Amino acid sequence: MHIDLRTVSIKPQRQTFDHIARRIGPDKAATRYQEGTLDVQATHNFHYRPTWDPDYEIFDASRSAIRMADWYAFKDPRQFYYGAYTLARAKQQETAESNFDFVEGRGLADNLSEELKATVLKLLLPLRHVAWGGNMNGAFIAAYGYGTALTQPGLFHSMDQLGIAQYITRVGLLLGDDVDVLDEAKKSWMEGEAWQGLRRYVEDSFVLKDPLELFVAQMVALDGLLYPLVYETIIDDVLASRGGTPIAMLTQFMTDWYAETRKWVDATVKTAAAESPENKALLEKWIAHWRDRAAAALMPVAQIALGAQADALTSELVGQFNARLAKAGVAL
Amino acid sequence: MDMKVSKKKLGLKEKYQHMTRGLGWETTYQSMDEVFPYAKYEGIKIHDWEKWEDPFRLTMDAYWKYQAEKERKLYAIIDAYAQNNGHLSVTDARYINAVKLFLNGISPLEYMAHRGFAHAGRQFPGVGPRVACLMQSLDEIRHAQTQIHSLSNYNKYYNGFHEYRHMLERVWYLSVPRSFFDDAYTAGPFEFMVAIGFSFEYVLTNLLFVPFVSGAAYNGDMGTMTFGFSAQSDEARHMTLGLEVIKFILEQDPDNLPIVQQWIDKWTWRGYRVLTLVGMMMDYMLPKRIMSWKEAWEVYFEENGGALFKDLARYGIRPPKWLDQIEQDKDHISHQAWGTFYNYAAACNFHTWIPTDDELDWLSQKYPNSFDKYYRPRLEFWREEAKKGNRFYNKTLPMLCQTCQIPMIFTEPGDPTQICYREVDYKDNKYHFCSDGCKEIFEHEPEKYIQAWLPVHQIYQGNCFNEGVDPTAEGFDPLAAVLDYYHLNFGRDNLDFEGSEDQRNFEAWRGMATKNT
Repeated sequence: MHIDLRTVSIKPQRQTFDHIARRIGPDKAATRYQEGTLDVQATHNFHYRPTWDPDYEIFDASRSAIRMADWYAFKDPRQFYYGAYTLARAKQQETAESNFDFVEGRGLADNLSEELKATVLKLLLPLRHVAWGGNMNGAFIAAYGYGTALTQPGLFHSMDQLGIAQYITRVGLLLGDDVDVLDEAKKSWMEGEAWQGLRRYVEDSFVLKDPLELFVAQMVALDGLLYPLVYETIIDDVLASRGGTPIAMLTQFMTDWYAETRKWVDATVKTAAAESPENKALLEKWIAHWRDRAAAALMPVAQIALGAQADALTSELVGQFNARLAKAGVAL
Repeated sequence: MDMKVSKKKLGLKEKYQHMTRGLGWETTYQSMDEVFPYAKYEGIKIHDWEKWEDPFRLTMDAYWKYQAEKERKLYAIIDAYAQNNGHLSVTDARYINAVKLFLNGISPLEYMAHRGFAHAGRQFPGVGPRVACLMQSLDEIRHAQTQIHSLSNYNKYYNGFHEYRHMLERVWYLSVPRSFFDDAYTAGPFEFMVAIGFSFEYVLTNLLFVPFVSGAAYNGDMGTMTFGFSAQSDEARHMTLGLEVIKFILEQDPDNLPIVQQWIDKWTWRGYRVLTLVGMMMDYMLPKRIMSWKEAWEVYFEENGGALFKDLARYGIRPPKWLDQIEQDKDHISHQAWGTFYNYAAACNFHTWIPTDDELDWLSQKYPNSFDKYYRPRLEFWREEAKKGNRFYNKTLPMLCQTCQIPMIFTEPGDPTQICYREVDYKDNKYHFCSDGCKEIFEHEPEKYIQAWLPVHQIYQGNCFNEGVDPTAEGFDPLAAVLDYYHLNFGRDNLDFEGSEDQRNFEAWRGMATKNT
């Protein structure tokens, strides 16, 4: 039976679920981001403690030293729930795909100078492992963070980093003569002088237990210096001026991703810092610490492409980083 | 020759391997044990993580592309369904109670699965299983959100949906599905994978999703049907992962077999107990029935599951324990459960009813060994009493099973007139169980199960009243106070379907759509 119901207008009993209405008011329709995010994570009357970490409840705000009266004060300015997230990424991957097609179809990679190619392979390929570290850390925040408003973008970040690791791999397979380039890059990552500071940084981040400190180490400090340095400065600027524009096309995903994701990172820092002077002091301490470590670890990496310029450019980026965090309410 | 040697073409499998597999490394600045602290304490021995066969070989760009396409289609249908008041085309408004059961009892588990797979996806030292778990974690938040979004429209018009998140942590019967998932989540990452990835997503998933999704299709609920079907292609991936996990663990070391076997026994039983709610839904809550619970069990467990366990026999795995009891129970549990909800309908966030004569006949036909003898007379008696104005709502709190948290409603194997009780003395307390299965599960990990937040105990301990409520005050009504704590609107969310606001509204709205008055 098909009933044509278009002419029927029924007054709804309520606009949204009660836990959403308590936050946004009873007479407002909720967005999909709100319904899919706010209070979705359980908070009360857990049945058992984790056998793997019985000091804590299943979801436990005290895993972090950051204190929030309400963990849903965190908002993702991108309003990413699963649907919005995948649609955004699908669009970006389409652009990436046509960029790869463009570069491959015209043989643009073959026209790059050997020197430039070698620099890109040396610089970019070990970064797949850094992205893999980002994937680990995003997963940590998704698993042990408190409140869906924070954990959901944590998982999106994790999957984005896996995607980035795979895009870097594709660049390597395109520029390199063989899959050996991946093994060489891994060897550099494991043993090469230039990479050990960064690898130590990433491995140290793996053992952090506070989800917000990990957020600072990964999303704020490491991403916040690495992406402006490698993608915005070295690839889009320095290497492009040496004839490396095709490389910039192949890494457009990373540039766009960072420009978008930092909005979420900034909003998160801003919200946590604005909550209390204690939070702010803690964030300042963490960010200064991890910023200095990240800057030092990135220096020898920057030298691969920038040589003597590395020092000046990295200092400049640290200055920009400080200015950015100042806007988010953290004085460094 | 000066011809450039063309690059070796990579096969799909090889290409995926490079895309993903080589990414991890043996850490040296921090020990692997520090980086992956939960990989060993369960006693599972893994010698070579590289032996993991990637079941999907899906790179992220492909994932985004396919999933976005599915999301686009799904939300177009959800929007259209809402816009056209699709809820008015369901068979009859009783059906909507099945949807309430789903949103309250199942959707929050999807969210827990999302967090649980994020945990497993962080903790496994192998790259292959980590990626597979994280992808499933991402899928599971999809399922939670698409369910919340599609059912949000029902919440606008009908009662019983409005506090699903609050009620999950409080309402008595919801502690059954919730404690099931809390149990899995608090287990180690390997047990979680066997519990959810294998036992639930692989062995029992058809008994959960087919009834709800086909139930929606049979009853004209396009919205629910669509998210169900849209989730199916994800589920196919999850099932593959579940099976791969089992095979991988068993192939790694013979010492893993007894641990895994115990988990399979435990989680099949735990899952089966939760499915009581689904059985009841199939036999009583769908106006247009798909098949009986008993038939579903026979098709999806006895036949399909039988083949699976035959296949696993080469690893030394035997079928789960207590199947002989389940075999006998299949004639009974759905009727016992519905009887319980009918009794406790005052404390429940969906409506109950006595089946119509047609429906009683259907049940007689589907359950020739049990229905007419044990359950039909009881339902007819209750119907008569209600007609005489004696509708009885039970206000006495039932004893709960310490493990599955279902009230002690199940009967002895072999004697459907005798309630089954088991008990264990542990430290200074006595613990009660509905079955040998639940008792044995407790005995294996008593320190875990004594922590259970049992709704009835909590009420008696005074933990289920709102702040400021004084239970010693004159005229104190404990049930009313508990329902306040539940945020349950008395007379709107609970009691019989007959005479409910949902029933009246649906009739009036459908009348507007089909008549000229």
